[in-house]
Parts: sequence; structure tokens; C-alpha cells
Amino acid sequence: MKSYLLRRGWQSLLVLFGVSVVVFLILHLTGDPALLLLPPDATAEDVARFRRAMGFDDPVAVQYLRFLKGALRGDFGESLRHGEPAMGLVLERLPATLELAGAGLLIALCLAIPAGIVSAVRRNTPVDYISTIVALLGQAMPTFWLGIMLILVFSVRLNWLPSSGRGELEHLVLPAITLGLFTTARITRLTRSGMLEVLSQDYIRTARAKGVSEPPVVWKHALKNASIPIVTIVGIELGTLLGGSVITETIFAWPGVGRLSVQAIFNRDYPVVQAAVFLLASTFVLVNFFVDVVYTYLDPRIRFR
Amino acid sequence: MNSPAVSESAVLAPAPPWREREWMVLAARLARRRTALFGLLVVTAVLLVAAFAPLISPFDPLAQDIGQRLKEPGWQEQQGRVHLLGTDHLGRDILARIIFGSRIALVVGLAAVAISGVLGMAIGLVAGYFGGRVDDFLMRLADVQLAFPFILLAIAVIGVLGPSLANIIIVIGVSSWVVYARVVRGEVLSIREREFVHAAIALGSRDGRVLVRHVLPNAFTPWLVVATLDMARVIVIESALSFLGLGVQPPTPTWGGMLADGRVYLSTAWWLATFPGLAILVTVLGINLFGDGLRDTLDPRLKV
Repeated sequence: MKSYLLRRGWQSLLVLFGVSVVVFLILHLTGDPALLLLPPDATAEDVARFRRAMGFDDPVAVQYLRFLKGALRGDFGESLRHGEPAMGLVLERLPATLELAGAGLLIALCLAIPAGIVSAVRRNTPVDYISTIVALLGQAMPTFWLGIMLILVFSVRLNWLPSSGRGELEHLVLPAITLGLFTTARITRLTRSGMLEVLSQDYIRTARAKGVSEPPVVWKHALKNASIPIVTIVGIELGTLLGGSVITETIFAWPGVGRLSVQAIFNRDYPVVQAAVFLLASTFVLVNFFVDVVYTYLDPRIRFR
Repeated sequence: MNSPAVSESAVLAPAPPWREREWMVLAARLARRRTALFGLLVVTAVLLVAAFAPLISPFDPLAQDIGQRLKEPGWQEQQGRVHLLGTDHLGRDILARIIFGSRIALVVGLAAVAISGVLGMAIGLVAGYFGGRVDDFLMRLADVQLAFPFILLAIAVIGVLGPSLANIIIVIGVSSWVVYARVVRGEVLSIREREFVHAAIALGSRDGRVLVRHVLPNAFTPWLVVATLDMARVIVIESALSFLGLGVQPPTPTWGGMLADGRVYLSTAWWLATFPGLAILVTVLGINLFGDGLRDTLDPRLKV
């Protein structure tokens, strides 16, 4: 088990290294980062001076090592717009994004797991059909449209909930539903198919045959074994949630990392973009490493792989 | 090198009539799934609408008419022309713009899926067939790709390169290969150990030939399922990019761009944002239903 975790840890480090390369390359996509960072009316002389000052004339490998050295200390340079350290700006917004993603995930788990179980247990009944249809629609609905429709109904028409900003709990409701619906749909379908698979196993038949009543069969014997793929998908869905926050935060003017990065892209404030992309990607890598650690406790078979 | 290859095809070439019959059986089985059939119907309808947009469309999608701005669905002009889904803030017909918007959605969807599908197939074949260090390297590359919140990476790259149809297709295409590579690799791992592959190698086929002629055809069906379902995802991403203003630029109608316009007029004209979203929903739902049916028919064990 120790060697498995060591190997996973080493792999995560490699992935983080790859993430840093990609984030570094974002600035070098057009070939000349100086032109990208300076306003379009900069003179050729300004560009040349800036290029020298920033070290853009050095070989790419040297520039990357310099970037990596900074990145390891959380230094991505200063925001071109705000004149503050880029990472500081991003970290300031991180709690808002984590709050939103956490709420989205919570909604998804609270709705999806019961829905998936009921769907599997009452297979081919109206309950199953309704939950399947809702899950299909949830997977087909674009986040930004759902958000706008929720605003239309609950903010514009009914005037029940605020349509933008962060603060009270009521501010969180619409964005969290918007962000969580896709994940809800995915986990519902996964739970349903996982439970159906487990419920047809021999050990479930044995449990029933020896007289265990239905609720413990479902909630104890079956769910425990169906939970392993659900834990995996929670790690992967976190990526969906962090990525989805870009859109959801833009619609609801939620002051998080996603909205900050969209604004930064339009302001051509690339240090902030790099810091945000790097932070969200590393969060994803670390969470998935953590999920793997949890996993080895849930499923002892993995320890011996 | 030539002669063994010839004898190898003589021994191992699959008999075509059987393959054709097999596809007929699968098609018949697929047709019995009502939801899949419904999905196929929707997809076909959207394809036809996109192909014949100028013939179907009741109005020019770009024609502005300030006198007719923000008119509600079913509005009749004085000349008797009806705007079935209303008009937008520049007096353009919403239905016409949705009809023409399907073109961008489908072009981006098909082209990006083609790029990522071919890329993913190649990477999956190589990783699964050669294994070892090559496999390790390619799968770590896949992990790196997956670590990025997709939409954030896409907007960062498009923000740098500038939004254009080609850039959008390339960025989505190049960064969506992981699912294909993983599924194909998984198939290849088991195909590699089958007798006909060993036989082909024993008869002297080079790796490239074994891969293309014997491994690839057997990894094709799961690839097809992934490609179908991925098309839905790409269409949503394209409209998300357009929504953020990083898609194909106005005045070209895109579903995402229409939604972004509609958002501004949400309190006065609900139809601006509602109908383009419904168009995305119906298209994506159709593709998903068809893809699910395809998976259940071709390869029920596939987890995608």
C-alpha cells in the first residue's frame, strides 16, 4: 500500500510539472509574449526594452526555469491591471469559488444518491422514469442557459431570490443549483447503474435468502459496494465544478476565481490568468490524489495492485 | 518484407459479407430502441436544418430592422410576415438566427470531434500496443490534460490566439483527445493478446500494419460511441465560448452568442434567451440519446 501511494504521489508530481509547462506556454503561444502583454500602441523601442527587462530574449528553457522558480514560491508576477501580485488576487477569490463548488457538490450528492438508489430499487416504475428523464435533461442542459432561466423565473418574475453577488445564503441558492445540476445528473445515472449491478450479485441474493429485510440489504449491503465508483467520480466531478464555476460565476456575478479569470482574459492581464489556471489545475490534482488515498481504505484490493 | 504481408492478408483478411451482415443486425437492434431512434431523428433533423438553412429560414438572419425590434413570438409585421419566435434587440428574426446558428454548432462539433478522435485513436493505439515507457508517458500526458478545468484552459488559449472559427475548432479538438485515447488503449490491451494479432506478427507484419489493419478495426466501435457522445459535449463548449464572447464573432449567428444578447434583455424580452437555449438542449439531448443507444447496442460494457 505504501508503495502504491508513493507511486501515486510521484505521478501527481509529474502531472503538476506538466501543468506548469502548459501554464508557462499559454504566454508563448503567439511566439512573442511582449506584444501580448504590452498595449497595442507601444512603440517598437518600448517593446524591445520590455522584452529585455522581462528576459523574453533568453532561450525558452531558461525562461521556463525562471517561471518555475517563481511558480514554486507562488510568484506569477504582478497583475498588469491591479499592480498587485497575481497569485494574491487569485487566492483572495478562492474561498468564494470553493464555497460555490462545495455547495454545488453538496446539492448533487444529496439529490443524486437517493434518486439513483430509488431509481434502481424501483426499476421501471414511474419514479425511475421521472428520475431518468430529469437526469437526461440535466446532462443536456447548458449551464449558462439553466442559470439564465433560473434568474428569469426566480429573480425577474417571482422576485424571490437575488440574481447576482455573494453574501447571504439566498445569494448562494441559484448559482449552486446551476453549477450542481450537471453533476447531479451524472451521479444519479452512475448510482443507478452501479446499484443495479450490485443488486444482481450473489451476495445480495444470499443476504435476502437468509432473511435480511429489504432496507438493510439496499442501504448496507448494496450501497457500500456501489459507493466505490461514486467516490471516484466525486474527484473527477470536482474538475467539472471548478471549470463550470467560470460560466456560473460570470452569469451570477459571483466574485470567485472563475469570474476573475474571465475578466483577466478580456483585460489581457495574463499573469492573473496563469495564476488562476495553475491554482485550479493543482487543486484538481491534489484532490484526486487525496481521493486515491481515501480509496485505498475503502477498497483494500487496491492496496495490492 | 513484401511476400509475408501478402500471405498474411490472404490468411487473415476478414470476409466482407459477414461484416456487412453484422452491421445490418446491429442497425436492426438499434432501431428497436425507441429512445435511440428518437435521438437519431432529432440529430437528422438538425443536420437537415443546417444543410438547407437558406431554404428553410423565413428571414435573413442578419437583416436588421429597428422598427421591428424586441417583438414577441408570433408577432405579425404590417406586410403580413410573421416572426414565429419573435425578434431580437436589432429586429432580427430569432427563428432565422437559430436555424443558421445550427451551422456553427455542427461545423465546430464535427470538425473538433474529427481532430480529437483521430488524435485520441492514434495515441490510444500506440500507448496500448507498445505499452511500457511509451504508455506511461502518454497516460501521464492524459492526466496533465485532464487536470485543467477544460473551459478555463480553452478561454485562456483562445484569449491569447484570438477568437476565430479555426482557432475554436483547433483548441477544442487538440484538447479533447483523452477520452478517446483511454477507451482505445483499454481495447487495444486486450486485442493485442488475441490470436489473430499474434498470428499477424508471426507472419512478419510490421507494427504499423498490425495496428492499422488488425487492431484499429477492432477498437473502432467503442471509439464511435465516444465520438458520438463527445459531439454533444463539444456543442455545449462551443456555445459556452460564444456566450462568453470568445466564439465565432458577431454578426454571425451562434446559439451561445444569441443567449448572451438575450441575457441583457431578460427582464423585458424573455424569448431572446429562451429559444437558443432550447435549441442547444434539444440538439444535445438528441445526440446523447442516440449515443446511449449506440453504446448499449454495440458495447454495453463500455463506461462512458
